[in-house]
Amino acid sequence: MKFLVFLEHHGDALEKGGLGALGKAAALGEAVGVVLGEGASALAPGAGAFGASKVFASEDPALAPPLPQPRVDALAALVVQESPDAVLFGASVLSADVAAGLAARLEAGLNWDLTDLEVRDGELVGKRPALGDTVMVDVGWTDAPRLALVRSGALDPVESGGGAEVESFEFETSDFSTLATLVEQTQEESTGPSIEDADVIVAGGRGLGAPDKFTLLEELANALGGAVAATRAVVDAGWYPYATQVGQTGKTVSPKLYIAAGISGAIQHKVGMQGSGTIVAINKDPNAPIFDFCDLGVVGDLHEIVPKLTELVRAQRGS
Amino acid sequence: MKIAVCVKQVPDATVHKKIDPATKRLDRFGEAALNPTDLNAVEEALRIKEAAGGEVVLVSLGPEKAVESLRKALAMGADRAVLVADEGAAGSDLLGTSRALAGALERVEADLVLFGQASSDGDGAVLWAAVADRLRRPLISQAASLEVGDGTITGKRQTEHGYDVISAPLPAVVAVSDAINEPRYPSLKGIMGAKTKPQETISLGDVGVDAGAAGEAGAKTTVLELGPPPSRGDSVKIEDDGSAAQKILDYVVERRLL
Ligand SMILES: Cc1cc2nc3c(=O)[nH]c(=O)nc-3n(C[C@H](O)[C@H](O)[C@H](O)COP(=O)(O)OP(=O)(O)OC[C@H]3O[C@@H](n4cnc5c(N)ncnc54)[C@H](O)[C@@H]3O)c2cc1C
Ligand SMILES: Nc1ncnc2c1ncn2[C@@H]1O[C@H](COP(=O)(O)O)[C@@H](O)[C@H]1O
Repeated sequence: MKFLVFLEHHGDALEKGGLGALGKAAALGEAVGVVLGEGASALAPGAGAFGASKVFASEDPALAPPLPQPRVDALAALVVQESPDAVLFGASVLSADVAAGLAARLEAGLNWDLTDLEVRDGELVGKRPALGDTVMVDVGWTDAPRLALVRSGALDPVESGGGAEVESFEFETSDFSTLATLVEQTQEESTGPSIEDADVIVAGGRGLGAPDKFTLLEELANALGGAVAATRAVVDAGWYPYATQVGQTGKTVSPKLYIAAGISGAIQHKVGMQGSGTIVAINKDPNAPIFDFCDLGVVGDLHEIVPKLTELVRAQRGS
Repeated sequence: MKIAVCVKQVPDATVHKKIDPATKRLDRFGEAALNPTDLNAVEEALRIKEAAGGEVVLVSLGPEKAVESLRKALAMGADRAVLVADEGAAGSDLLGTSRALAGALERVEADLVLFGQASSDGDGAVLWAAVADRLRRPLISQAASLEVGDGTITGKRQTEHGYDVISAPLPAVVAVSDAINEPRYPSLKGIMGAKTKPQETISLGDVGVDAGAAGEAGAKTTVLELGPPPSRGDSVKIEDDGSAAQKILDYVVERRLL
């Protein structure tokens, strides 16, 4: 089985998501990588160490900004040229759009959120936890090319050594695919203690109700000797810094204790914190998805519970 | 400015969602609602209309009973709704869904097509990219803020590395994140008025999609088997009766986490 794996890069490194998918592809068959955009040619050979037998690279100027549509043009041409059985992507903001655009362009089936892939009786099968991870589904494809998005963090890159031959390829951009342009890009610098090293994390979401309510969490975190984290919803709303975001597009954390206050528990948040030792959730909605994967779930108002808990922790620690 | 908003009916948040083992499709019999994050897209459309004038058209693919959910967005202020309802669309995957919606959107001829963040049942957060490719229009996804200029739209979105500001000429396809705004509640007047707003229910044929190109027949992905979720440890759920803080403390002390 021949796999084409989209290897997204940022700066001078290939992203882990793509490399993880590459390792799985190499374990199941022939793994061919593709790197697109500025710096692609220099980064492409490095994919050999993670399982690629060959890597295609293009630095076409249309691929310079990290936008999906010209990447669909490039991959569509490459799929026609190489006829892979499957095309794999590590989930990311960019890769998801590339994968879905490619599905429409090639009339190819796309399965997303896969946590694993296997070959069963000669057929590719994807493992997908669905409906908020309440059911595990085995998914397949009717024919090639089979497109798949792998859930972030699900497959770790495997360093196997080895080199890859690099080849360039040609494609044409569609008239509409360069209409969207990148105006500005901000790199967010992190300041303060890193949440990745904390033993205790107190995380807050939109249930806090207002940005200043984060002080409630800061006080609890202080009492516990921990750090404060946040969901994308509140980071995007400007309530708390980007560097504290946990989840698919944020950080992956694994503290001993994770207290989630006013967080619904979306999959994209879960993938960043499910490795925590103990998860305590406070949410006033008994149907919140977070209650499906926490260790201690408390149905209640965080505005009442958190300050009380802070007092109790202080008293306990003082004694 | 004509704005189309793609909205979906999903099982209500209080329903325990499950897949029917016989059809291997989502069981859609229980209480249904409009997909929560689509309300953000409706709200954004209404705000753009309020600033620039125009019309807000809801576009949906789903069973006939989905009109009940569309009514909520009409009550918020959308002007009319187009629902593609067809037996032949049942079991559609990304390909059939994007084909049917693209067909419906071509009829609407909107300057701007808005999507919500993700459907609470499929949770793909991908549909817009397939639709944009079929419509051959520029795409901005997961916008946490939007600004409409003269014939252009600019959105800011979070990535794994920071924020990208992306601009595109209209007509364009834009997906918004759930942080972009706070959806309004329908007023009593809005609720009363929703009943009389134009609602069109059309078939796949009406949007130029052949039988066989949508639904299970047009799907290129399959569900092979259903299994139990990965097992996890025991969990305890309590209701706060005033003693929850103490119970949390006891729990973490017992586990030597303090
Ligand atoms: C591609 C993609 C990537 C994403 N990446 C991330 C990511 O990295 N990290 C991330 O977090 N999200 C991410 N998201 C967003 C994610 O899907 C959710 O939208 C987000 O996590 C929701 O944040 P929230 O829980 O704060 O808000 P909500 O979903 O609005 O939940 C708020 C919760 O607070 C509860 N609540 C309200 N008031 C109270 C109260 N007084 N006391 C107790 N509880 C209360 C409510 O019941 C509700 O459950 C991503 C989405 C996509 C599509
Ligand atoms: N059947 C549908 N009809 C109309 N819009 C839909 C439908 N399914 C999904 N959408 C839109 O596409 C967005 C992303 O859906 P998904 O890719 O399924 O997570 C949703 O937030 C809706 O705006």
